[in-house]
Amino acid sequence: MADAAAVRSLASAVPTTTTPPRHSAVVRVTHWITAVCFFALLVSGVEIVISHPRFYWGEAGNVLTPSLFKLPIPASRPSVPTGYGFVLPDQNGWSRYLHFQAAWVAVLTGLLYIVSGLVTRHFRKYLLPAGSDLTWRALSRVLANHLRFRPPGEAEAWSYNVLQRLTYLFVIFVLFPLMIWTGLAMSPAIASAFPVTVTVFGGQQSARTIHFFGTVFLVLFLLVHILMVCRAGFRNRTRAMITGRARAQKEHP
Amino acid sequence: MSNVSRRKLITTGLAATAGVSGLAVAARLADRYGLIPPDHGGFYGPGETLTYAAQRLLTRHSLAREFPRSQISARPFANGKPPQGEDFKRLQAAGFANWRLAVDGMVAHPASLSLAELRSHPSRSQITHLACEEGWSFIAEWIGVPLSHVLNVVGILPQAKYVVYFSIDRDWWDSVDMADALHPQTLLTYGMNGGALPVGHGGPLRLRVPRQLGYKNVKYITRLTVTDSLKAFSPEGDYAWYAGI
Repeated sequence: MADAAAVRSLASAVPTTTTPPRHSAVVRVTHWITAVCFFALLVSGVEIVISHPRFYWGEAGNVLTPSLFKLPIPASRPSVPTGYGFVLPDQNGWSRYLHFQAAWVAVLTGLLYIVSGLVTRHFRKYLLPAGSDLTWRALSRVLANHLRFRPPGEAEAWSYNVLQRLTYLFVIFVLFPLMIWTGLAMSPAIASAFPVTVTVFGGQQSARTIHFFGTVFLVLFLLVHILMVCRAGFRNRTRAMITGRARAQKEHP
Repeated sequence: MSNVSRRKLITTGLAATAGVSGLAVAARLADRYGLIPPDHGGFYGPGETLTYAAQRLLTRHSLAREFPRSQISARPFANGKPPQGEDFKRLQAAGFANWRLAVDGMVAHPASLSLAELRSHPSRSQITHLACEEGWSFIAEWIGVPLSHVLNVVGILPQAKYVVYFSIDRDWWDSVDMADALHPQTLLTYGMNGGALPVGHGGPLRLRVPRQLGYKNVKYITRLTVTDSLKAFSPEGDYAWYAGI
């Protein structure tokens, strides 16, 4: 009896909410952990690339072999011909430590997000596009609205349109797994246990080049993502991803 | 304090105790099976330990990829300068005839081996990829005596956990665990692409650890020390001790 009374008094102490959170707690927490990890991976990845800003295709490549392309930036190694008259300091020690530490946190966070998304049917409810939205007409209409910078309607504050759904699905189920895979394909130890990890890409240098292009796509996604959040109302959208609460009517004040 | 919060406190306490003791048991097991790297402390310790443990579990007996002769790189890149010390220049002038490899530490029979003696042992030739952590790489044929063979000849003591290998260059050494030290592809390399190992690639003697990145493949090896602790051999620079990725 005492238990029941205590439960009642506890329940009344919590303010009653009528609307469900815009984003679930798992989505909010995993979003921000991933954001921090992505920043760490990007900074450390750029530092690692600076030690050899040349890219190759196939199994092997070095400064004595022709490159597929090279980035027009200075390098942190004197052995790389860059055309710049100076050499940047070597930052690979902490960069490599940070890259793999952040990768572990990102992968474990991603696993939590995927498992929870499957269990709570998050993907099916919020990310899988409806069949009727996947026609060329529907797609081109949404795309045209985007390109004309037409502000989103009220309903879109509570759900994603088909372009958003396809983009998020692509990033979550194609880009992130590709980054993990190509990252592992560069590991001589992983390649020794699972050679197919690297042979599917045609070699270790191909995997490195694809890893770089994956980064380019992820950075593009991040820029558009932030731009869209700003367009839709930065404060409201960011608050929704932090506290879970959103006010649809306050979109575009 | 109400019953509910007391019950909650007890369950939380029990869960926390179970979690901590679970972690302690996991750490004990990991240490026993050689899954804790020497640089497991500090801010980057957790990531480093996860990488090392995961790769050790997945790759304990795996062999580095070997390639057909047609894939040998026409232009392998020799990174860095040869040693500038007088002792190296003197040895080089004599064609490395007086080069010696000392083997000491936790071994039954410490030894000092000449290159000719190393060549008289069973040799192994393998065409493997050498990848630098910077991002470049090449494929070459490497010829040498497996480190495991030399370790068997001198007889390692049961408590041995690491092999430290020293370059003739002062302040250049590194170490591997016994899984890599006894791995069949870990070679005391004296030949490359059919000839003697060029000085630029670490000649006359380089340790090739093909399942790890270039910086673990120390050049100009003059000494091996078998040990159960790396405390006296803190790794050079701020690079991760394990370089399987």
